[in-house]
Amino acid sequence: MSRIQVTFAKLKQQRRKALIPFITAGDPSQQLTVPLLHALVEAGADVLELGVPFSDPMADGPTIQRASERALKHGMSLRGVLEMVAEFRKQDATTPVVLMGYGNPIEAMGWETFARRCAEVGVDGVLTVDFPPEESHDAFEHLQAHGIDPIFLLAPTTNDARIQQVAKLARGYVYYVSLKGVTGAGHLDLDAIAQKIPQLRKHISLPIGVGFGIRDAATALAVAKLCDGVVVGSRIVQEIENSTEQNVVANVGKLVKELRLAVDQA
Amino acid sequence: MALTYNYPDSTGHFGIFGGTYMAETLIPAVAELSRQYLRYRDDPEFKAEFAYELKHYVGRPSPVYHARRLSDDLGGAQIYLKREDLNHTGAHKINNAIGQALLAKRMGKKRVIAETGAGMHGVATATVAARFGMECVVYMGAEDIQRQAANVFRMKLLGATVVPVESGSKTLKDACNEAIRDWVTNVESTFYIFGTAAGPHPYPMMVRDFQCVIGNEAKLQMPEMIGRQPDAVIACVGGGSNAIGLFYPYIEEKNVQIIGVEAGGHGIASGKHAAPLTANAKVGVLHGNKVYLIQDENGQIIETHSISAGLDYPGVGPEHCLLKDMGRAQYVAINDDEALAAFDALCRFEGIIPALESSHALAHAMKIAPTMSKDKVLLVNLSGRGDKDMNTVAKLKGITL
Repeated sequence: MSRIQVTFAKLKQQRRKALIPFITAGDPSQQLTVPLLHALVEAGADVLELGVPFSDPMADGPTIQRASERALKHGMSLRGVLEMVAEFRKQDATTPVVLMGYGNPIEAMGWETFARRCAEVGVDGVLTVDFPPEESHDAFEHLQAHGIDPIFLLAPTTNDARIQQVAKLARGYVYYVSLKGVTGAGHLDLDAIAQKIPQLRKHISLPIGVGFGIRDAATALAVAKLCDGVVVGSRIVQEIENSTEQNVVANVGKLVKELRLAVDQA
Repeated sequence: MALTYNYPDSTGHFGIFGGTYMAETLIPAVAELSRQYLRYRDDPEFKAEFAYELKHYVGRPSPVYHARRLSDDLGGAQIYLKREDLNHTGAHKINNAIGQALLAKRMGKKRVIAETGAGMHGVATATVAARFGMECVVYMGAEDIQRQAANVFRMKLLGATVVPVESGSKTLKDACNEAIRDWVTNVESTFYIFGTAAGPHPYPMMVRDFQCVIGNEAKLQMPEMIGRQPDAVIACVGGGSNAIGLFYPYIEEKNVQIIGVEAGGHGIASGKHAAPLTANAKVGVLHGNKVYLIQDENGQIIETHSISAGLDYPGVGPEHCLLKDMGRAQYVAINDDEALAAFDALCRFEGIIPALESSHALAHAMKIAPTMSKDKVLLVNLSGRGDKDMNTVAKLKGITL
């Protein structure tokens, strides 16, 4: 079983929901990313989503856009992100790490090289925002060959036929985008999520994580009740942005602990 | 060739280029757009309305003009101009904006959005939004807003909201990013009137089809004027919509050479340009399609440079990428200073003030004309007029308006 499978199986046994925090690699600095990942795990994260910064993050709101800009200014690259995962794995052999980002940095490296490197350094899943199933043949083939899970997005606009298409390709878990909008948007609609999840469950047997617009303990709890895992990105990145290099690890740890407590009430 | 050239395929690919590289939320929207476009493309009522608008609102057909004094001065091939600058709103962009607005109307969309670089597509979109009674929001890089202040005012006069984009390089690519973010948020109410023959399928095909009126007219006009087709057709290429509009109908005319002219900026060697095809940029994925893309070794998009905001874009439409690989079209670059010299020449010799974008195409024609005999004919797409560029040109000449 993969790290992602083991993690979700254990959570299911414990009747708990996954907490999946997101940070952008290289934000606020390259030196702080690995300590932040460890702090996330210590605070109760089950799966880590590590953002690969891109110059043109079309699906992201201003908070993660700024994080990407900061990271790129510090010289962050896909190569560097993979090295960070290797560094993280020296001390943590069990927490799944999913790389999340846009396709072009991977295209530039080549899918085969990328997938091989992922396996070498201990990446578990890859989510490429702008590569829908239609354009994921190459990606899928190479990731599968190296045992890396392709994580796919589903959206409020996704119909039954497409849900079935994703169900065939997806591994690990699926990521349901809770709203029509960009990351960090402020118009979360719990009723709409509650209606959509059963439609997804009809075709998807993998765990379903929900993200976009979850900004505090209350929304994390409400969403956790509806699915298998809660993804929190912009809110954590905002905490990073508002902290100093000295207190960022402590501040992020404190925030994620609050989210953990909330999710465990679901 | 007549039997083999049939692109894009049913999944929106031009060979390895094109496609639908979009976030999941927008995939159903572009799929629906494809369905609706294919449904109306051959609908007689849609075609009749499009033709009516082009004739009575845009003022088509645009004439072809023999630039005789300029040609005489160069002493070689004869330069003819396809006068898209005479269209309503002053550029070819209106052809596509009308087509997409008619589709938006049929799809029941009351709100349209657009990205713009030089502002010509923004003006065209604001114009058709006013014409058809739609709400209009235009995204424009903060840098371009400085360069193109007059067009910003025009859009506002036409009732559009112009949103400055402060992220990234603050130019066309960032305006695209922001328009996509708006679309993903307002996907049900909003039609994205994309301005060039790039982006996710069906845009490269749809924009090409609407712009093909340029080449289709030229193919009728040239035999009337000179008794045959030209020896070469030449157009500037940013995303490449005016170019593909002229080129596409000529693809199967094997005796007609096809030349796309990219923005060489300070020169290809300087790295400060917007010429992915000429500079042999690597294939990459941006804004919904796989194309030749100016990027660094890590796959990050590099800031481009051109004197003309409308060409200042790191990618290029997928069909141009294919035409380059097939060898059917040739792509070259013209630097800022060469474009400016062509701008001046057309003003002085012909009394026509061209857009800086179109000046790139003209500059290449002026470069090769003297090497050709006087009976050769070059047809240049004069894709827009230069009124919008007064501030840029004045500043370069050290003049304060």
